[in-house]
Amino acid sequence: MSRISVRRVKAIVVKELREYRHNGTIVVSMGILPLLLCVQPLIVVFGLSSSASAQLRHEHVLLYLLIIPAVVPSVVASYSVVGERLQGALEPVLTTPITRAELLLGKAAAAFLPSVLVAYAVFGVFVGLVEGFARPGIAASVIIAPDLIAQLVFTPLLVGWSIWLSIAVSTRCTDPRTAQQLGILAMAPTAIITVVIATHGIPPTLLVALSAGGALLIFNRLGWTLASRLFNRERLITSTR
Amino acid sequence: MSAQLTATDTAALSVRGLGKRFGSRVAFEDVTFDVGYGEVFGFLGPNGSGKTTTVRTLGTLIAPTEGSATVAGLPLTPENGTEIRSRIAIMPEAPGLYLKLTVAENLRCFADLYQVSDPADRVCWALGAMHLSDRAGDACGALSKGLRQRVALARALLSDPRVLFLDEPTSGLDPSAARDVHDLIRELRRGGVTVFLTTHRLDEAERLCDRVGILSTQLRTVGRPDSLRDEMFARSLAVTLRAPLTDPGLVFGATPSVDGWRQAGPASYLLAVADPEEMAPAVIRSLVAAGVDITSVGESRHSLQDVYLELLEKKATSS
Repeated sequence: MSRISVRRVKAIVVKELREYRHNGTIVVSMGILPLLLCVQPLIVVFGLSSSASAQLRHEHVLLYLLIIPAVVPSVVASYSVVGERLQGALEPVLTTPITRAELLLGKAAAAFLPSVLVAYAVFGVFVGLVEGFARPGIAASVIIAPDLIAQLVFTPLLVGWSIWLSIAVSTRCTDPRTAQQLGILAMAPTAIITVVIATHGIPPTLLVALSAGGALLIFNRLGWTLASRLFNRERLITSTR
Repeated sequence: MSAQLTATDTAALSVRGLGKRFGSRVAFEDVTFDVGYGEVFGFLGPNGSGKTTTVRTLGTLIAPTEGSATVAGLPLTPENGTEIRSRIAIMPEAPGLYLKLTVAENLRCFADLYQVSDPADRVCWALGAMHLSDRAGDACGALSKGLRQRVALARALLSDPRVLFLDEPTSGLDPSAARDVHDLIRELRRGGVTVFLTTHRLDEAERLCDRVGILSTQLRTVGRPDSLRDEMFARSLAVTLRAPLTDPGLVFGATPSVDGWRQAGPASYLLAVADPEEMAPAVIRSLVAAGVDITSVGESRHSLQDVYLELLEKKATSS
């Protein structure tokens, strides 16, 4: 395997970030989707009376927010290959010495940075609102150290998994909207498991956390392999199946 | 450097029996030719004849299904793909720019992908070469088709390639911009760059190319435009008179070294001769002796277009 050129990866990251900035659909989707996902937990938390704090011991509201890193990256990553292909800009890039690994890493890194930032930012806003405006006792029940740590650790892992799946979908689609919908659909099982854990359907013990972390690491590796396998220069250029 | 990567610098492109099939459909087959360093090679053919697929194959974008090739001194194999692509540049038919980014941002991205040393300077140079310096800050989406084509050409120049593949480089350009591109191609040739020019404009190919190849799934011919003309068409002398001859057979039949004749217009005749330059005085003498007013006498030159059409008609007839 040839060595990966950081400069080429960086060139793709810079280019992708510039394109995101100019793409209204992506900017709006990345802003609105996390806010919508955070409204429901806020309504639940603000609707609770002080006496309900005991009830929250069996619910992990913060973990609901892990749906954001699971779903939001699909918006950008699903667009990455199919969008460039539709513009006709993929062929010129593929005529350069860039390798498949460099191109995919660049695209993944470009989607990773804003997705993680958005997820952490929304999480921070949520914690700030709960801390500042929830009824007495509620904040202490919602904002607990294990869930905070889970949020910090699982966010990048979920973002990575979501990105690789979405890039894999993007290499096989011919329409960006279909790619985005399929990308989000592909992450549905992960989002459902997150909800089940948040609602205590699966108690979020240390063993569950370690197992989930290990599984996500493996999924990230498998996702990278899947995206690499599906990214075929010849098929992307000639549109043959 | 591995043995496989050792450059064989005898030809910039050396293609032997190359072919590509997509399932049962043949894109091109049995293509063989060589292109030297510093040569401008025209690759001509009708739509769907396999020109673009050939370029993509030589550019390592798609894998051949038969034959072999050496590109910029390296065997065309998947392992050499990255190294080959660093030695060549391809300007596809569609500019394929990032429309939301500025011209300078587009070029800077590609300068980094080619790992050009001093990318800012190189981008400036490429912008200057294509007269785009004043458009550097414009979004590519706001440019006309011709300007986008120039940006794509500037992008292809960034890496200082040994072999430059240009697919319809003057398509959509106004005459002045097309002339700039022609001048640039000549300048690149002087600098030793091999230019592989795919074009439908046969006048362009005739003016710019040292040699041309005509492809119609298979390579029909390769050669210098003037040699191809001589090979395919008998040399002839075009004679135009003020008035038609009453008995042309009598006049031309009596002229030595005229092997045959045919009427090309009301008062124009084409004479088959071995050497038009040598035979012209004798023909003029015969016409003067016959008391005819001569308007012009000169060699009838077939264009590359005649060669092209003749070859494709032959192919259509044979199939």
